Amino acid sequence: MKFLMSEGFYEFVRGPMVWLAFLVFISGSTYRIYKIISGLKKEAVVLPYMSFKYGLRSIAHWATPFGTVNWRRHPVMTTVTFLFHFCLIITPVFLLAHNILLFQSWHIRLWTLPEGLADLMTLIVMLSCVFFLLRRFVAREVRFVTYPSDFFILAIVFLPFFTGFLAYHQLFLPYKALIVLHILCGELMLIAIPFTRLAHMLFSVFTRAYTGSEFGMVRHARDW
Amino acid sequence: MAVAAEKKEVKKIIDLGLEEGAKKLTPEKIEITINNALAAMGGARLDAYVSTCIHCGLCSEACHFYLSHDGDPHFSPVGKVKQTMWEILKNKGRVSPDSVKKIAEIAYTECNLCRRCSMYCPFGIDIAYIISSVRRICHLLGVTPQYLQDTAHSHAATMNQMWLKQDEWIDTLFWQEDDYRREIKNLTIPLDKEGADIMYSVIGPEPKFLAMLIGNAAKIMNVAGIDWTFPSFDGWDNSDMAMFSGDQEIMGRVKRAHFEAAMRLKVKRIVMGECGHAFRSVYDVGNRWFGWKMPPVPVIHAIQFYYELIKEGRIKIVKKFKEPVTLHDPCNVMRGRGLGDMARYVVNAICEDFRDMSPNKEHNYCCAAGGGVINCGPPWKLKRMEGNRVKAEQMKATGARVVITPCHNCHSGIEDIIGYYKLGMHTKFISDILVDAIEVPESMKAKK
Repeated sequence: MKFLMSEGFYEFVRGPMVWLAFLVFISGSTYRIYKIISGLKKEAVVLPYMSFKYGLRSIAHWATPFGTVNWRRHPVMTTVTFLFHFCLIITPVFLLAHNILLFQSWHIRLWTLPEGLADLMTLIVMLSCVFFLLRRFVAREVRFVTYPSDFFILAIVFLPFFTGFLAYHQLFLPYKALIVLHILCGELMLIAIPFTRLAHMLFSVFTRAYTGSEFGMVRHARDW
Repeated sequence: MAVAAEKKEVKKIIDLGLEEGAKKLTPEKIEITINNALAAMGGARLDAYVSTCIHCGLCSEACHFYLSHDGDPHFSPVGKVKQTMWEILKNKGRVSPDSVKKIAEIAYTECNLCRRCSMYCPFGIDIAYIISSVRRICHLLGVTPQYLQDTAHSHAATMNQMWLKQDEWIDTLFWQEDDYRREIKNLTIPLDKEGADIMYSVIGPEPKFLAMLIGNAAKIMNVAGIDWTFPSFDGWDNSDMAMFSGDQEIMGRVKRAHFEAAMRLKVKRIVMGECGHAFRSVYDVGNRWFGWKMPPVPVIHAIQFYYELIKEGRIKIVKKFKEPVTLHDPCNVMRGRGLGDMARYVVNAICEDFRDMSPNKEHNYCCAAGGGVINCGPPWKLKRMEGNRVKAEQMKATGARVVITPCHNCHSGIEDIIGYYKLGMHTKFISDILVDAIEVPESMKAKK
């Protein structure tokens, strides 16, 4: 605990460690995308069928809440999924505390979420994680394909929001310790994205666009 | 965690192809074969799919096997991928001969490659591609269902699906020509007519035991005044079970013969009979094997052809079919070619009482026969019936007496379902109804 709260460690996690995390996240993601695309060139029957128009058409349908048959079949899952992903991305980018750090370092001003709203959005992310967790136990078709890695990636996503929430409300642990944990968890998530199935953040637009292209351009059919 | 849910125990099915194939395997052989196969596939697409799948289970309700087994997760698309491809990847190819047998059973008899699940996966993961890759591995391991393998052998040896000899093919065409001349004066089935507008191609089972379909086509072509031809030589059969057994080399040979027949005859386009998998093999798969982005000769399915004929007034509908009908949308021309509206146009034009299914068009439930599953033969029939209760319920709800199935696999598979679930219906091809609905000009009618 003492180490966790030491000035030296704090400086490390909010300084070099942030750079490292972003470096791993960006280079790792770039590498994985590059690897797949260069592999696809060899497979030969994928890339020539990619269509910008039909890829976007498919993405647009699937990125719209209740915009597809399957989204409409699962109203609760759909609502949670969309709220979760929206809050997951928007909250950290437009959070006041993050923007202050950005301003202090680089004098960049970003639009900022009202603090109450950001708090609510954090809660939404955490509750969604609980929902996804329960779903893994309750729904038979999900339980059957659940592996330890599924809990692991869920925890990786949950923790930065959980520790951030605790730090903001100054609960349980000293603020300093919580903020260090929060930063560490955030960095862990960034690092994990390219190397776990959180990589769906990188690949899903491509897989969707490819299927949309095949369905739209070659097969003249809908895929939603 | 990967909890093993309870799978309803069914009587063990013995398939000699799987049993004998697995006996010849050793763990070393399996490991080498699998890893070579994965390397040859390239792996990028598979890697993207496996890395992207978040194990959410949202694909489950797309599958008729899953729905018909009351939500048994073993039958969900992702559940089947788990038991096959994930098993292979997790063990880096080190799986036992018994596991290979189990994997083959799932890949060949519990998935129709109908691609409905890629319309339900939020990421659009092509699960049919993954299962096809598993089949490719099983083929290379020599563990394939006996009946399906026999069909693939037939393709390899005779270039058609039914062990038909060349003279039998030509003789059947003459027989049909002769037969239909009782109705249409001077009806002809042109053979090897170079420069014809259309090469008409059919699947092996048509000359083998559904010859009247060739006669039907001949009547429609003659009445509509189409410049058409059949090849008398190899390439007349557009079907391709090797595509489903995982034997891409044979698949390629068969498709090549088909395209070359069209090129040799210098036709403007190929019109295919009412078959779905054959359309997929010619329009979507075979061309890619040779590096053609799209088929080198334009290809249309019978539904499109009938649509054109009616729309352009080349045939006139004078006697509509009276009994209530419904339409089964075959996966390979719906999700495979988006022909839902054209099929409805044709059916409405020739039938008085059309009652649509729900869900339909791209979302229609599969027949459970396609993807080579019905070709796995009698040992697997009961499993196929139990795996598609949902189709029986869907058809029953229409209240129709006749199910129009513009696809051979669907036609046979649905007739089986109708019998098994005692639905009191019958299947028909579009052409069965169309031939009786069209006007035959007096000048063409044969004297009685």
